[in-house]
Amino acid sequence: MSNVPMEYYLILSAFMFCVGVAGVLIRRNAIVVFMCIELMLNSANLTLVTFSSYLGNSIGQVFVFFVMTVAAAEAAVGLAIIIAMFRNKMTVNIDEINIFKW
Amino acid sequence: MINLIYITVLLPLIGFLINGLFGRKIKNAFPGSSGEKIIGTIGSATVGISFLIVVGAFFQTISLPVEQRSNTVELFTWLSVGGLNVKFAYLVDQLSLTMALIVTGVGFLIHVYSIGYMHGDKSFWRFFAYLNLFIFAMMNLILGDNFIVLFLGWEGVGLCSYLLIGFWYDRNFEKGTTSQAAKKAFVVNRIGDFGFLLGMFLIYQTFDSLNFTEVLSKAATFPVAEATFGLIAIFLFIGAIGKSAQIPLFVWLPDAMAGPTPVSALIHAATMVTAGVYMVSRTSIIFASAPAVMMIVAVVGLLTAIMAASIGLVQNDIKKVLAYSTVSQLGYMFLAAGMGAFSASIFHVMTHAFFKALLFLAAGSVIHGMHEEQNIQKYGGLKKYMPRTYLTFFIATLAIAGVPGLSGFFSKDEILWYSYANGSFIFWLIGMLTAMMTAFYMFRLLSLTFYGKERFDHHHVHPHESPSVMTVPLIVLAFFSLVGGYVGLPKVFVGESGNLIDSWLKPIYAPAMNKLALYGSHSHFEEILLMAASVALALSAIYFALHVYTKKPEIAENLSVKFKGLYNLLLNKYFIDEAYEAAVVQPIQKGSEKLLWKVADVVLIDGAVNGLAKLIDKFSAGIRKIQTGATHAYAVMMLTGIALALLWLILSL
Amino acid sequence: MNIQLILFFILAAIAAVTSVMMITRKNAVLSAVFLVLNFFSLAGLYLLLNAQFIAVAQVIVYAGAIMVLFLFVLMLLNTDTEHKLFIDKKAIKFFAILVSIFVFVQLAFLIFKSNPSRTLTPDEEASINAGTIQSIGHMLYTDYIIPFEVAGFLLLAATIGALVLAKKKFE
Repeated sequence: MSNVPMEYYLILSAFMFCVGVAGVLIRRNAIVVFMCIELMLNSANLTLVTFSSYLGNSIGQVFVFFVMTVAAAEAAVGLAIIIAMFRNKMTVNIDEINIFKW
Repeated sequence: MINLIYITVLLPLIGFLINGLFGRKIKNAFPGSSGEKIIGTIGSATVGISFLIVVGAFFQTISLPVEQRSNTVELFTWLSVGGLNVKFAYLVDQLSLTMALIVTGVGFLIHVYSIGYMHGDKSFWRFFAYLNLFIFAMMNLILGDNFIVLFLGWEGVGLCSYLLIGFWYDRNFEKGTTSQAAKKAFVVNRIGDFGFLLGMFLIYQTFDSLNFTEVLSKAATFPVAEATFGLIAIFLFIGAIGKSAQIPLFVWLPDAMAGPTPVSALIHAATMVTAGVYMVSRTSIIFASAPAVMMIVAVVGLLTAIMAASIGLVQNDIKKVLAYSTVSQLGYMFLAAGMGAFSASIFHVMTHAFFKALLFLAAGSVIHGMHEEQNIQKYGGLKKYMPRTYLTFFIATLAIAGVPGLSGFFSKDEILWYSYANGSFIFWLIGMLTAMMTAFYMFRLLSLTFYGKERFDHHHVHPHESPSVMTVPLIVLAFFSLVGGYVGLPKVFVGESGNLIDSWLKPIYAPAMNKLALYGSHSHFEEILLMAASVALALSAIYFALHVYTKKPEIAENLSVKFKGLYNLLLNKYFIDEAYEAAVVQPIQKGSEKLLWKVADVVLIDGAVNGLAKLIDKFSAGIRKIQTGATHAYAVMMLTGIALALLWLILSL
Repeated sequence: MNIQLILFFILAAIAAVTSVMMITRKNAVLSAVFLVLNFFSLAGLYLLLNAQFIAVAQVIVYAGAIMVLFLFVLMLLNTDTEHKLFIDKKAIKFFAILVSIFVFVQLAFLIFKSNPSRTLTPDEEASINAGTIQSIGHMLYTDYIIPFEVAGFLLLAATIGALVLAKKKFE
């Protein structure tokens, strides 16, 4: 572990995060957008684990545990919403669902 | 009793609250007229108890040595702003007690009278609420120990005057409505109040205080320029002009007769309109320090007196005659004040309160008995129908005409004497002419109303005497009109200390007198001579009036035809209302309409407001497109925000 | 060049490539598969970081449970392969990518600027100790017991919520 500089992990994490962001912003399919969010969560997890490990402190990993819990809950509810949405609109393309306005 | 003086102010307020808040309920809760009786009793009793307390305080004060007669009753600190510290305090001294006796005494009688006069009115409770509120405001005006409390009362009586003139807001009055008359009174008063306010500001700037005791003692000793005194005095006098209906702001008082007659008696004859006189009297030292303004006061008073009296000669409305007579008598009071005879002016305030309130109330009794008819040409021969009203009216007429032995004679004579002694022969002459006219028009009124042929329609009008709840106050006032003058017997007969009211009030005016120091030496012979002349002239005027209007009415007809121009001029009150209309009201209205409304309001203000709204509307229509409803757009915006926040973080490293 | 660094580079390369592949696949099922690969590589990185428990949980919870759920839904809805991969509005798309790159540059700048390896002296012993189930479990059942309970409650609520939402008709 100590042979790998900490920055490497962090840069990888930042990269994955930005890829996730770009995915959220440009993809049409709501499920893929959802997966991109999971990707962003995981990049954050990577940062947490990195710091936890380099500091020799397990609090970061406890946090990762909670993030996973929330991600699981979110996936369950989010996918249920997508199913409900699909039933109403017969599509999961979010650019065809523009009711978020005035 | 002096320490309890605040109760005299508080009680009418309580009466106002009870009648104002629960009056309608009280009236509805009791069948018939017993509700009215309860309301009337509450209204009258509060003022009556106040009167008793004032009497108590008066006797307590009179028992004190002269130096201790001025007491302050402090209630609480009202305003404390920077250097300005205004206490809510009442000043109980000779002057305020005299005024308080008049206000509560005459006020009580008028309250009692009103129970009869207002009987059956749909807003009976409202009337008593307003009357009590008026007494409350008036007592603050009189008893206030500083200009702020005085101003509170000053504005309060103005408000009550407005409310009571427009009391019968659904009735017509002359060419307009009572509401218009009320508005006129209010607006004209406001002009005067503006002057009064400026005067107060100037006083605070000059003397750094608004407390009477401080200001007046500083005014007596401070080295202040005469111009400053002059300016203060002029501003205060403008306030007095508005409130006391002097030239050029007297036009509201005749229109104020639109209110019920007891209101005319209480507010527009006996008490409120004398507030200006009281204020000039209270600040006598300031006026005395500005001799030029004193002269202005005297001249304005004199001109008002003769002008109003001449208008009164030809008026046909019973209340209008009395209204102009009031303006004229107020002119007398200012003449006295301007001549430095402050105690004489207060003496005249007192006697005038008695006989003018009596005249109004008796006139109200006549109007009541004649089914709201106010034109004296349609009266005549009422003597036998209304014996008590006639008798009291007769006494009051004698008093105001200046017949020796009655109250009006003493006060008027004192004023005339001072106008000669401190002024000049011209002043005396004009004052004398006014007195003659007064005697004439009062006896014209008396003759047309009570003597001669009965000119009313017997089928429709059945004159009757008023109930005793109305006539008893008349009799009490008649008594005071008879004997009220004996507290101010002429010094020429009773010596320097025999004039009770003068020696009672003297300490108040001592600083002013020291500054004026214009007691010239005049022989007693002169005074008696002038007195005899005035009595003779008044009596001849009375004889002439009686002769013309009871025996030979055609003389009056001939005269009015012969001097048609003059007659019309007087009948139309010198066209002063029309002149004001053309010179002040119309330009303001036109200016408001053409410039302020059409240009300033519609184009500028509305344009700015609507334009702004339109601009925002356009802008919003554009900016609304940002809100596409597509989640992407929102997410992009959010990320942009995060990027910018990060950038800011980096740049601030 | 030691073994750890080599392993890191291999795993990091897989993670980076799969993430990019994931957002560029037309077929959503393929995207899901790449994401699973990505999660596996992350699990390997966690092992490199001595976080054994998290690594196992990553495989079980993410790659196992969550991704299976995703695939389930994909199969259930059976949407066709997208005709158009990305959203219509070119300007927004372009701008979004630009901003994402900008954010990455900023983050990288911050990481190198703060240079954490200069101030941190890693302790292998403590690191191994921190990653054990024992220490994490100890933390969870002592200091973090309330958040732990709340997380359990959250899962329950999510279960019920998902059931309610996915029901055919709202009643």
